[in-house]
Amino acid sequence: MTDTTEKADFRAVAPALKSAAPRRAPRRARTWRLVTPWLFLLAPLALLITFTYAPIANMVAYSFTDWDGVSPELHYTGAENYEELFTREDLFQVFWVSGYYLAASAVQIVAALYFATVLSFNLRFRNFFKGVLFFPSLVNGVAIGFVFLYFFQDGGTLDTVLGLFGYDTDHAWLGTPFSANTSLAGVSIWRYLGMNFVLFLGAIQSIPGELYEASELDGANRWHQFRYIILPGIKPVLTLTVILSVSGSLSAFEIPYIMTGGATGTETFVIQTVKLAFQFNKTGLASAAAVVLLLIILLVTWVQRRLVPDDRVDLV
Amino acid sequence: MNRRTVLAMVAGAALLLPGCTGTAGSSKGADAKAPDDPSQVSGNITVLTVRTDLVQDGTMKRYAAEFNKTYPKVKVEFQALTNYEAEIKIRMNTEDYGDVLLIPGVIEKSDYPKFFASLGTEAERSKKYRFTDFTTVDGKVYGQSPNGVMPGFIYNKRVWKEAGISEWPTTPAEFLAGLKAIKARTDAIPYYTNFAAQWPLTSWTFVNGSVHCDPQATTKLATGDPWAEGSDLRVGDTLLYDIVKEGLAEKDPTTSNWEESKPRTAKGEIATQWLGTWAIVQFRDAAKKAGVNPDDIGFMPFPAQVDGKFCSTIGPDYNQAVNIHSQHKEAARAWIDWFTDKSGYDKDNLAISPLKDAPMPDVLKPYEDAGVKLIELDDSAGAEVKLIDNESEVGINKPEYRQDLVDLARGAKKGSLDDFLAGLGKKWTDTQKNVGS
Repeated sequence: MTDTTEKADFRAVAPALKSAAPRRAPRRARTWRLVTPWLFLLAPLALLITFTYAPIANMVAYSFTDWDGVSPELHYTGAENYEELFTREDLFQVFWVSGYYLAASAVQIVAALYFATVLSFNLRFRNFFKGVLFFPSLVNGVAIGFVFLYFFQDGGTLDTVLGLFGYDTDHAWLGTPFSANTSLAGVSIWRYLGMNFVLFLGAIQSIPGELYEASELDGANRWHQFRYIILPGIKPVLTLTVILSVSGSLSAFEIPYIMTGGATGTETFVIQTVKLAFQFNKTGLASAAAVVLLLIILLVTWVQRRLVPDDRVDLV
Repeated sequence: MNRRTVLAMVAGAALLLPGCTGTAGSSKGADAKAPDDPSQVSGNITVLTVRTDLVQDGTMKRYAAEFNKTYPKVKVEFQALTNYEAEIKIRMNTEDYGDVLLIPGVIEKSDYPKFFASLGTEAERSKKYRFTDFTTVDGKVYGQSPNGVMPGFIYNKRVWKEAGISEWPTTPAEFLAGLKAIKARTDAIPYYTNFAAQWPLTSWTFVNGSVHCDPQATTKLATGDPWAEGSDLRVGDTLLYDIVKEGLAEKDPTTSNWEESKPRTAKGEIATQWLGTWAIVQFRDAAKKAGVNPDDIGFMPFPAQVDGKFCSTIGPDYNQAVNIHSQHKEAARAWIDWFTDKSGYDKDNLAISPLKDAPMPDVLKPYEDAGVKLIELDDSAGAEVKLIDNESEVGINKPEYRQDLVDLARGAKKGSLDDFLAGLGKKWTDTQKNVGS
C-alpha cells in the first residue's frame, strides 16, 4: 500500500523537479519525504524480523544439523534430515488425520456462510445471535481444550445432555480413532466458526443495499439474492477463508494436543513435530519437518490460487 | 539497483544473520567445593525447583530460614517451574539457569561437565550417599538427589481387604485375580491407568529390575531386546495389557483425570495405581482433605518374587546440581549439602533418605516386615539407553508407547500384543546396531 502511493507521489514530483528550480523542493524536504514512511515502518519491521523471520531463518539453519536442542555442539549434516523425512512413510501417515479437520472446515465454512447470510437480513435478536456465534473465538484455546475434556468425559456434559433426550449412548467419545478425531474436529468447528462468520458477515454487509432492492424488483427470491449477489460479492473473502482453513487443517495442533496429546490415532503433523523436538530431542529433524510443512502449505495455496484465480468482482 | 532490490537484499541479509547463532563456546570442568567455614560463605543463590506447591505454601522459605542458621550470609531465592523440562531446556542454552538446579532429563550424561560443576569424586561420595553413579561422568559426580524413590502400586487397603485379599499377590496372575475379585465384590475401579495425564503410564518402565531382582537391568536394556520373552519390561507390559484387556481398568481411559484420581483412591472408588513412593504423601494429603483415613493408602511391590522374596528398585528423584556459570559455587554447594543431609526434606515427604546409613521411612514398614529386597540399579549404561531410546523413537520413558499398548488392549488399535512388542524390540535392536558400541 505505502509503496504504491509513494511511487505515485514520486512520479508526480519528478518532472516538476527537472523543469523547475531546485529551490521549490529543497533537498531536506525530499529526504524527509523518502524517509518518513520507513520511520513509520521501523517498529513493525523490527518486530516482524525479530519474532518471525529470524526464528524461521534459525529453524531452516537447524534443519541442516543434528542439534538436540540443548547441547552446545551441533554438526552440519547436509540434507540428511530431509532424506530421513521423505524416506520414512510413517512420518507422513499422520496427514490422514488432517482429513478429519479438512472435512470439518468444509462444514464450518458452509455453516458460517449460512449464519452470516441469515443474520445479515433483518432478524429479531440478530445482535444477540451474532454474539453467541462469535463468543467461542474469544476464549483461549487451551481453556477450550480442558472444557471439552470434561464435556466428553464418561458421564460428562455430552452424555448428560443426550440422557435428557432419552439417549443413553454410553459411548467413549475419545475412545476410538474415528470417534476421537470426529469429536476433536467438532470442537475445532465450534472454536473457529465465529471467526469465519464475522469475516463473511463483514463482507456481506459491504454489499450495497440497493442491489437487493433492485433484485427484488426483478423478482429475485432469497436464494437468488444469495447465489447472484452475495456469493460473488464475497468471493475474495471466501477464497481467503478456504486457504486459511486448508492450512489450518494441515497444521491442526492446539485442540488435539491439549485434549488427547496425540493418543488414540489423533496425532497430527505438528504434534508429531513437537514430539520429535521435545521428547526425542531431534531438533534438527523436527526443524526439517516444520520446513516441509511450510512448503506443503505454500504449495497448496499456490495450487488453489491457480485453480480459483482471485478476479476482481464488479457487482454494479 | 531499484528500491525493490535493495529492500529484498536487506531482508535477505537480516534473514541470514541469525543463522549463525546457536553455537556458543563451551567451558568445561569446574568444581563446586564445599565451604570450610559456614559463617564465611556469602552470596545470593537462586534455586530452581519443580515443587510449585512447596514454594507457594512457604515450606521452601522455612527450609531457607533453617539453612540460614548455619550459613547466615547466603541468601536463597526459589524459582518454581511448572513445566520444568520444557522451560529448563530453553534456559540451558543460556548461562542463566539458576545457581542450583535439577538436572534435566534432556541433557546427555556426557555433557554434564559442560553444564554443571562437580561435587566431588565418586570414590569419595559413594561412601556416604546413594545414587552417585546416576550422575557420574569420568569418576566425578555432578548431582545429588535429596530423596530416593521406589516404584510400586499405591492401593486402597480397605478395598483390597473387602475383596478378600490380605496378602500381596506374588505373581502377575495372582494380581489379576485380585483385581477381578475387587471388580466382583466391590464398587471400586480395580485399576486406574491415568491414560490422559500420560506421564503416570511411563512409570511402568520402572518395573525394570524388580521382576528378576537384577541390579544390571539397565545394562541389559542397552545390550539386548527389552521385550524378549520373560524380560522385565515384557512382564510389566503384559500385565498392563491384561489389566486393560480384562476390563479391570477405568471405563474410558482417554478422559481420566489425575488430580481427581487421588481423592478417589483415598475414598476407595479406585483400588490400585502403579506409581511410586513419591505419591504416597500426595495421596495421604488427598485423603485428609476428603475426610477419610489416610492410613488406608497402602503401597505394594510388583507381583514377582525371586527365591520367595519380593524385590524393589530404589532410584534417585531429580538430582540437584550446581550451575557451572554460577558466581557463588560455594554457597550453591552448601545448599545442596545441607538440603541433602540436614533439611529433613526426605522425612517430610515420607521418602527414602539419600544417605546410606539412614533408616527406611515408616511408610515402608510393611516392606521390612515382608522382607522385600531393595536393590539399586547400576546406571553406568544409563546414557546409552537414553540415546538408543531417543534415536529409535521407542520412548520407554515417554507416554506414547504405553498409550498405544492400552489402546491395543481395549481394542481401539488393531493388532496383537506379541506383534506390538516385537515391533518395539525390532526398532530398539536395529538402533542398537547403528548407535554402535
